[in-house]
Amino acid sequence: MGCNIDRRGFLAGTAAAAVALAGGRARAASPPSLGFVYVGPVGDFGWSYQHELGRRAVQAKFGDKVKTHYVENVAEGPDSERVFRQLAASGDAMIFATSFGYMNPALRVAQQFPNVKFEIATGYKTLPNAAEYNARFYQGRAVCGTIAGAVSKKGFCGYVAPFPIPEVVMGVNAFTIAARKVNPNFRTKIIWVNTWFDPGKEADAAKSLIDQGADVIAQHTDSPAAMQTAQSRGVYAFGQDSDMRKFGPTAQLTAIINNWAPYYVERTQALLDGTWKTQSVWYGLKEGMVELAPFGPGVTPAAQQAADKVKQGIIDGTLYPFEGPVNDAKGALKVAAGTHPSDHDLLTMNWYVEGVQA
Amino acid sequence: MTASVLIPLLVTVVNSATPLLLAALGELVVERSGVLNLGIEGMMLVGAVCAFATMTLTGSDTLAVLAGAAAGAALSLVFGVLTLTLVANQVATGLALTIFGIGLSALIGKGFTGHPVPALPRLSLHGVSDLPVAGALLFRYDALVYFGLLMTPAIAWFLARSRAGLILRAVGEADLSAHSIGYDVIRIRYLAVLFGGAMSGLGGAYLSLAYTPLWVEDMTAGRGWIALALVVFAAWRPWRVLAGAWLFGGVTVLQLFLQGSGRLPVPSQVLAMVPYLATIIVLTIMSSGALRGRLEAPACLGKPFRPAS
Repeated sequence: MGCNIDRRGFLAGTAAAAVALAGGRARAASPPSLGFVYVGPVGDFGWSYQHELGRRAVQAKFGDKVKTHYVENVAEGPDSERVFRQLAASGDAMIFATSFGYMNPALRVAQQFPNVKFEIATGYKTLPNAAEYNARFYQGRAVCGTIAGAVSKKGFCGYVAPFPIPEVVMGVNAFTIAARKVNPNFRTKIIWVNTWFDPGKEADAAKSLIDQGADVIAQHTDSPAAMQTAQSRGVYAFGQDSDMRKFGPTAQLTAIINNWAPYYVERTQALLDGTWKTQSVWYGLKEGMVELAPFGPGVTPAAQQAADKVKQGIIDGTLYPFEGPVNDAKGALKVAAGTHPSDHDLLTMNWYVEGVQA
Repeated sequence: MTASVLIPLLVTVVNSATPLLLAALGELVVERSGVLNLGIEGMMLVGAVCAFATMTLTGSDTLAVLAGAAAGAALSLVFGVLTLTLVANQVATGLALTIFGIGLSALIGKGFTGHPVPALPRLSLHGVSDLPVAGALLFRYDALVYFGLLMTPAIAWFLARSRAGLILRAVGEADLSAHSIGYDVIRIRYLAVLFGGAMSGLGGAYLSLAYTPLWVEDMTAGRGWIALALVVFAAWRPWRVLAGAWLFGGVTVLQLFLQGSGRLPVPSQVLAMVPYLATIIVLTIMSSGALRGRLEAPACLGKPFRPAS
């Protein structure tokens, strides 16, 4: 052989090159990398899509100062832990875990990587390097319920719901309480589709509810199928997660929009400034984390006024969606007059208000 | 249950059974020729996304339907090359193509999320479609529903009474014998696989063009697997595929209806199990006693063809 490189020489040369390169890189300060982990596809036009919009806002706001990237379709549970560990080990400064089922895996990884900051959505446990954030969707539901009560001729709403967890139960209850303030005979019927996302099943559930007489459809699932069904059958509907106006130009009354961008920008700024601290926040209409889409053509001026009043009241803190007296579906008093439940009571809510048929 | 509730319920049953029917009929032909194609879910999804994309870009529903079928056929061509020409393991290849189809459809569909299209037009026969009961139940579906309902007797006739169907069945039952008589086993299986892929693509196209005229990733949500089970459930007979599709679609829709009516105080999770329980119960009844002899799969199902010569 003409070339006199033996194995020892090759290994020594490679090691030297690696040190030189590594040394060179350490001298230049690279922008912090932010990782976003989504439970569904960005293309769901619902939950994960809104988180992606938040990421894009961060990238747009900070430009070269941060690098963002995302992993989508990560199933909750053990597989997510692998993804978090991989992101933390590859040098991410902050990781956004955008689903409840990520909480425990993310916390385990957070304990092993104390220099990496974690932001966990809709969880309930924190660590010094793991903060938690949630949105008061039920405030948006209260405004929707007000509109439904005013606009629905039959006083009958069909609710396409995924799983009977407190977040969903809170939403149904807030909606029905608000609707009954406008129409005391309003009733809500729930169909559980047992999935967060299945356009066919959601459409079937909406069809079934409309066939049984509902003239307003509300949903807590993630696809626009129910809105589309409402549009084709000529009834009203409320969008979920994103503005679903394109799927229901005349059907959509309004939509609850999850707006994570301001929060993500705020936390990224804190990271860059070095002022990031763990916290547990539950923001709502006031902080702009929950937004409502512009009113659709079906919202009458009277309904608009009532809705705006409720929205402003919630923002000012003068109106609480669960202000007592509130009876449950069996007639027992659950919230005393003049009081409102604590955050803990809301997060563990497992009863339905009067007017809800689950 | 009054007529005003029963009729929309039956219409929804027929509509929800259509993607299962189309995909299962295609797979039935494929399996009768001796090939086990597990890639139905992937083919349905690429069919759905290509049909949707074509509809968005051209506005022509005919082109969109054809594009859906073509996309399903194209993916099944890949399956055919891998399993028939390169003699790869059929089960593994089918599974790999399902995963590939899911990813490929997500990639193609990236630009098309969030934009609805007009649904496929429904039949509107002057006078007949307006009849209160018969009109709603029989004359107001879109073209793909009727296509599926027509394909059932067509495939039944093809398999049982035509020469080409006999050859196809021979290839599926005794491929070496068919080969020694002189039939081109590989070519016949290719044609069957392409047909199956096209039908799966049409099943997916129905979902994205008519059932819920939108595109979101993974919108078939497992219907391809149900179609696969339907073929076995139907003992590889077309009319039973139709009955199975209606049963499955019907029970699924019925459980949603029962929930909504509040008449049955059963937890929703139990009701969601009912379609699958019904499938298991019927399969058990069918494999017992006198009916057992009729439940035979095509003898060469899943076996690669390796002629000695």
